[in-house]
Amino acid sequence: MSATQVDPRATQPFSAQDESPLASLAPEQIEQLGRELDALHDEVFADLGERDSRYIRSTIKLHRHLVLAARALLLGSRRKPLWLAGTASLSLAKILENMEIGHNVMHGQWDWMNDPDINSQSWDWDTASPAEAWRHSHNYEHHTFTNIRGKDRDLGYEIMRIDPHQRWHPVYLFQPLYNLLLMGFFEWGVAVHDLNGDAIRSGEKSKKQVVKELKAIGVKARRQIVKDYIAFPLLSRRGFKATLAANFTANIVRNVWAHSIIFCGHFPDQTYTFSEDEAAEETRGGWYVRQLLGAANIDGRPLFHLLAGNLSFQIEHHLFPDMPSSRYAEIAPRVRDICRRYGLPYNTGPLHRQLGAVHRTILRLAFPGGTPRPKPGPYRPS
Amino acid sequence: MPATRRRALALIRSFTSPLLPDDYLELINPLWSTRELRGRIERIERETPEAVTIVIKPGWEWPGHRPGQYLRLGIEVDGVHHWRAYSLTSDPRRPDGCITITPKLVAAGKVSPFLFGRVRPGTIVRLGGVEGTFVLPDPPPERLLFISAGSGITPIMSMLRHLADAGPLRDVVHVHCSRTSDGVIFAGELRRLERLHPAYRLHERITSRQRRVSPDQLDELCPDWRERETFLCGPTGLLEAMKQRWALDAEPARLHVEHFQPDAHVGDGERGEGGTVSFCSSGIQAASDGEQPILVAGEQAGADLPFGCRMGICHSCVGRLRSGRVRDLRTGRVHGQPGEMLRTCINAPEGAVELDL
Ligand SMILES: Cc1cc2nc3c(=O)[nH]c(=O)nc-3n(C[C@H](O)[C@H](O)[C@H](O)COP(=O)(O)OP(=O)(O)OC[C@H]3O[C@@H](n4cnc5c(N)ncnc54)[C@H](O)[C@@H]3O)c2cc1C
Ligand code: FES
Repeated sequence: MSATQVDPRATQPFSAQDESPLASLAPEQIEQLGRELDALHDEVFADLGERDSRYIRSTIKLHRHLVLAARALLLGSRRKPLWLAGTASLSLAKILENMEIGHNVMHGQWDWMNDPDINSQSWDWDTASPAEAWRHSHNYEHHTFTNIRGKDRDLGYEIMRIDPHQRWHPVYLFQPLYNLLLMGFFEWGVAVHDLNGDAIRSGEKSKKQVVKELKAIGVKARRQIVKDYIAFPLLSRRGFKATLAANFTANIVRNVWAHSIIFCGHFPDQTYTFSEDEAAEETRGGWYVRQLLGAANIDGRPLFHLLAGNLSFQIEHHLFPDMPSSRYAEIAPRVRDICRRYGLPYNTGPLHRQLGAVHRTILRLAFPGGTPRPKPGPYRPS
Repeated sequence: MPATRRRALALIRSFTSPLLPDDYLELINPLWSTRELRGRIERIERETPEAVTIVIKPGWEWPGHRPGQYLRLGIEVDGVHHWRAYSLTSDPRRPDGCITITPKLVAAGKVSPFLFGRVRPGTIVRLGGVEGTFVLPDPPPERLLFISAGSGITPIMSMLRHLADAGPLRDVVHVHCSRTSDGVIFAGELRRLERLHPAYRLHERITSRQRRVSPDQLDELCPDWRERETFLCGPTGLLEAMKQRWALDAEPARLHVEHFQPDAHVGDGERGEGGTVSFCSSGIQAASDGEQPILVAGEQAGADLPFGCRMGICHSCVGRLRSGRVRDLRTGRVHGQPGEMLRTCINAPEGAVELDL
């Protein structure tokens, strides 16, 4: 069962509730909105400079210091307090490295610096997905076809029904269960997802390519296993088991955190999804509106945003995927103002509410039926 | 790299993957990098109202240079990293192990104003490799002629320092032009050389009040110029005029020229037969006769290709080689491994080439 199998009824909105606010804007308005957002983008890019460079460099440094601290603490992993401090520090490091550094660098957010090291093409991260495959599946497929039913394979990751437009199938009864598994082993889920089962089945992807990508995952897997489950545990000598457990815990903590933040980005039930027709022949302005409607933010303090890789500004990230993440918080009030003026929803809420909505949807849509939930924001369907 | 060292590195890497051991080492000392060469700016010395000398302490693995060669220097200005070429002005045998470059201010520029007025000691820079075929032969020729203008003195200064370090200079004639007299870079040192080494004859020309040097003055300034190995560096106009004179009247192989700005003709390496280039992203096919670099051939075939300096300095034009071999137009060397990053502006295809661009 996969996301490409869309309920035939899905070409029609279920109800007025489900009608996209896109329909309420005149083409000139959409164009005007596109120009405003383009101007915002250009304004930020003209201002990028030393402050931003310092930010990413110090974040990278912070990550490396956290790793060193964690690995040093875990040399004494047989002592409970050291184990706890080491595990916490390593979890934080892995979260920072995947979310604020890896994801964003690989998006090309720092490519403007022209730095040979902090660069989307050369960066590699500490997770199961090989950089190249992830960049294709995430940067290209997901960010281009965001929330288009049947095209955005990130909608439910091909294995879940998170949109009532998706046709129900009995396997979805188990989705609350395998979602729990996915949470813990998210990085592996993402790596397998990048392979694109549909493309393999349809023969669109050559066998040679699949083998190459599988090998790349194998290499990443081996490196993680050697590092976290052999090398560092051996270094702790009699603390072998305790260090292994600490490293395993840190990987799980990072996975659960990434899963939670990322699911909140598109699946709180107030985000919109689109049919292929709605997105056909879309203008630049229309693309922006789709990005706005398909994403959801999470409210929080600066430290929270840092650990969320600023994906808590999912809306801003989807409008400007290549903008340095540290700028999202600064432009958020202006994006919100644009939404208000054009009568578009700006979907945001505290973590517990957004995450609650995600899990409620996963539970509800495990069963047949379900309707789109009421949408927030100034926009009211007529 | 010796096998033991490689194995040791591989072992350490299993602890740091996907990062490199360097990524942690550089927290302690940014110069301790085995992946790329770096240097720390130690001092900035004012030379003239428009030029400074930057003294750089290179990392361990600094390979040294031959007098006349240039350094690709990588430096961050306002958050953006830039590559520029600067001739090394130091003697390779400098006792403190430092190297120097001497940038002259280009007011409208990006990097030279930063080096001239804003950079601070302690700044870490990338040392992108030492390149260039504008070098003093070893052993040095009996009789030399140096012709320089403005900042074109820089590679020649390294040669002079190197020669003077080995003992008394033999027969060297040096013609140097500068717009103003207080703009003569290394003026004090040139005059000291003149005092100490009778066989070093310096002709200074201040072009704001004297005629600028042109090929028809050669006979007067240095009657035996045809018999000398000549090293020439300065603005494009001067270089072109002199090259013509040598082509007409002397042995062009004895004239060695350094360009600071792009030249329509890339390098003096031996030419090949050329070949075809397939640009895999755009699907465009191009052909080169062996003279045209891949960049130019591609542009002529309608490909939209990235470029910067067009002379092999900045690496803006790189593309990944899928298959085939290429010839470096500067040196004539044929090279290329699948997966290698190639500069399209200085390489011509040698047969059929496929590029990820
Ligand atoms: C092999 C080699 C060796 C070099 N050695 C030296 C050296 O020893 N000392 C030195 O000062 N420079 C040297 N240069 C030149 C140097 O690499 C830079 O081009 C120069 O410093 C200007 O850089 P910028 O970033 O300030 O200007 P950019 O931002 O690159 O250029 C700004 C503008 O200035 C123009 N411009 C660029 N260079 C010059 C120039 N030299 N004169 C007038 N206008 C220019 C450009 O066309 C452009 O319009 C060398 C170049 C090469 C290729
Ligand atoms: S190296 Fe600068 S354009 Fe090729």
